Amino acid sequence: MTPTLNVQDLRIAFSHRAGNIEAVDGVSFQIGPAECVGIVGESGSGKTQIFMAAMGLLAGNARATGSVRFEGAELLAAHPTALNRIRGSKLTMIPQDPMTCLTPHLKIGVQLAEVMVTHRGTTWRDARSYAARMLERVHVAEPRRRLNQYPHELSGGLRQRVMIAMSVLCEPSLVIADEPTTALDVTVQAQVMELLRALRGEFGMALALISHDLAVVAGLADRILVMYAGRIVEVAAAAELFRRPRHPYTAELLKCMPTIAGPRAVRLPTLAGQPPRPGEVLQACAFAPRCSRAADRCRMERPELVGPADAQVACHFPLSHD
Amino acid sequence: MIRYFFTRLASAIPALLIIVTATFFLMRAAPGGPFDQEQTLPPEIMANLQRAYGLDQPIWTQYGRYLKSLLHGDFGPSFKYKDFTVTELIGQGFPVSLQLGVMAMALALIAGILLGTFAALHRNSMADYATMSLAMVGIAIPVFVVLPFLGILFGVYLHWLPVAGWESGSIRHRALPVIALALPPLAYIARLTRAGMLEVLRSDFIRTAFAKGLPLRTLMWRHALRPALTPVAGYLVPAVASIMTGSLVVESIAGIPGIGRYLVQGALNRDYTLVLGMVVVYSTLLIGLGLLVDLLYAWLDPRVRH
Ligand SMILES: Nc1ncnc2c1ncn2[C@@H]1O[C@H](COP(=O)(O)OP(=O)(O)OP(=O)(O)O)[C@@H](O)[C@H]1O
Ligand SMILES: [Mg+2]
Repeated sequence: MTPTLNVQDLRIAFSHRAGNIEAVDGVSFQIGPAECVGIVGESGSGKTQIFMAAMGLLAGNARATGSVRFEGAELLAAHPTALNRIRGSKLTMIPQDPMTCLTPHLKIGVQLAEVMVTHRGTTWRDARSYAARMLERVHVAEPRRRLNQYPHELSGGLRQRVMIAMSVLCEPSLVIADEPTTALDVTVQAQVMELLRALRGEFGMALALISHDLAVVAGLADRILVMYAGRIVEVAAAAELFRRPRHPYTAELLKCMPTIAGPRAVRLPTLAGQPPRPGEVLQACAFAPRCSRAADRCRMERPELVGPADAQVACHFPLSHD
Repeated sequence: MIRYFFTRLASAIPALLIIVTATFFLMRAAPGGPFDQEQTLPPEIMANLQRAYGLDQPIWTQYGRYLKSLLHGDFGPSFKYKDFTVTELIGQGFPVSLQLGVMAMALALIAGILLGTFAALHRNSMADYATMSLAMVGIAIPVFVVLPFLGILFGVYLHWLPVAGWESGSIRHRALPVIALALPPLAYIARLTRAGMLEVLRSDFIRTAFAKGLPLRTLMWRHALRPALTPVAGYLVPAVASIMTGSLVVESIAGIPGIGRYLVQGALNRDYTLVLGMVVVYSTLLIGLGLLVDLLYAWLDPRVRH
């Protein structure tokens, strides 16, 4: 069966006055139909840029090579008009910051309805009533009134619900949720995650859930990719990753996770050391400087990602749990 | 929003009063009087003239009288064109000037916004640099150079367009003065639009619009244009003011029977009422426009409405 998203050897470099920055450095993975994949890594590890490349939204100074196929169709070299048939309908995105991602001068109704008008060719009337029904499904009270409001009249949580409704309007095959809860209150975060779970059950779409927080993806993801400095360092089924992390970086990330039951630490423990500066050319394992297990080999030879599709690790000395 | 608008409307009246008062007394402070240029008149005739126009009264009485007649919509008699009232003079020329100004403003807005958007979409390309360099030239060269230059090029050499004159309904007579008048604000609007557009194209909501798969044209029209025009809205009043001053020059160079010439001649002749009448017309237009711009801001960005 064709995977919904198939990323092969994707590299993204940003040209800069100071030289090139390799933000994504040879990443390959697949997302199957109806699968939920969590993508986890520190800020700057390249999570967002992978999907920006898929959506054709990379910045002007970016150059992407490799291949990103969506339901078999190559997206990287695609013409904007070809991309426009896919993005917004079959491939959609819930952005990170709901406060700034809606157009300030357009009513919510227009911003929702135009998706249907553009992709389905419906009338504005039909599109609006469909949008109202969709708002109801994402538990927005008084959907008809919301359609006539401007974004600034809605709270952050409501705006994120609007973005979620927008992402599922055309029954997508894959929704990319880029840190969908980072900008929201803690109480609203849980509601939004619950909503995503419910919609996945209803629409049966695949979900790419991006976060720098393992706890966020824990409840939803089938499989988790851990990224470090532009590369995937570990891939595992979610339950397996939590029980038996194999990459030292994953293990450190798990230690940073607050336990649900235990008392909340005043300050969360954070990972010691700094990730490599983007643009630094590496012969070694990028994590070696911060790794307690690092040996000479780690500083001389970069480990490749090896193993079967649902249990890969890029480490010379992975943790064993036998 | 409506209350705010009426507050602004009410504040326009004192503003207008201050402008009229300042002009009134500044005109009187200038040396000479309206009847100086003609050969020295016998004192008794001079006194008669002064009396007929009320100039023998104390200045505060004159001021009070002027304000009173202004309240009735009467600009008073012209001191120089003795057979006409100021209202008649302005009434004849105003439609011509208004037409010239509106056409120039429309050209400046439409072409300026189109050029600015084009440059922003092709930023840092040759097309962008060429457009913006031309805009720089448009801002830098004064109207009294541009108009003769256009006249020589299109009129004298190419014989495409008449160099001067104004026939009612003739587009060909309007072309050169309108272009000359529109050029500086056009160039400025192009630069403002480009800057505003570049800013907007970088914003998150435009990224969302791209992610929705909207065609570029829809995206630009519906999502990008309005927020990008906010800087242009702020420039509208200065733009109209620049077209007004420009029209003083253009009308006299191209021999256009508008009201621009009255301001210059009126000031030279100490034609107090004519100048005051012109000032009232111009400032009312600008103040009214300022109110419209407030409404425009609210339309461009609904957050302003609160
Ligand atoms: N326009 C750009 N020019 C230069 N470098 C860029 C540009 N956009 C992104 N980058 C670089 O790409 C790297 C990866 O960025 P990306 O947005 O994918 O990180 P991320 O993993 O999503 O992090 P976050 O959690 O902060 O969103 C960053 O380190 C950044 O320096
Ligand atoms: Mg990101």
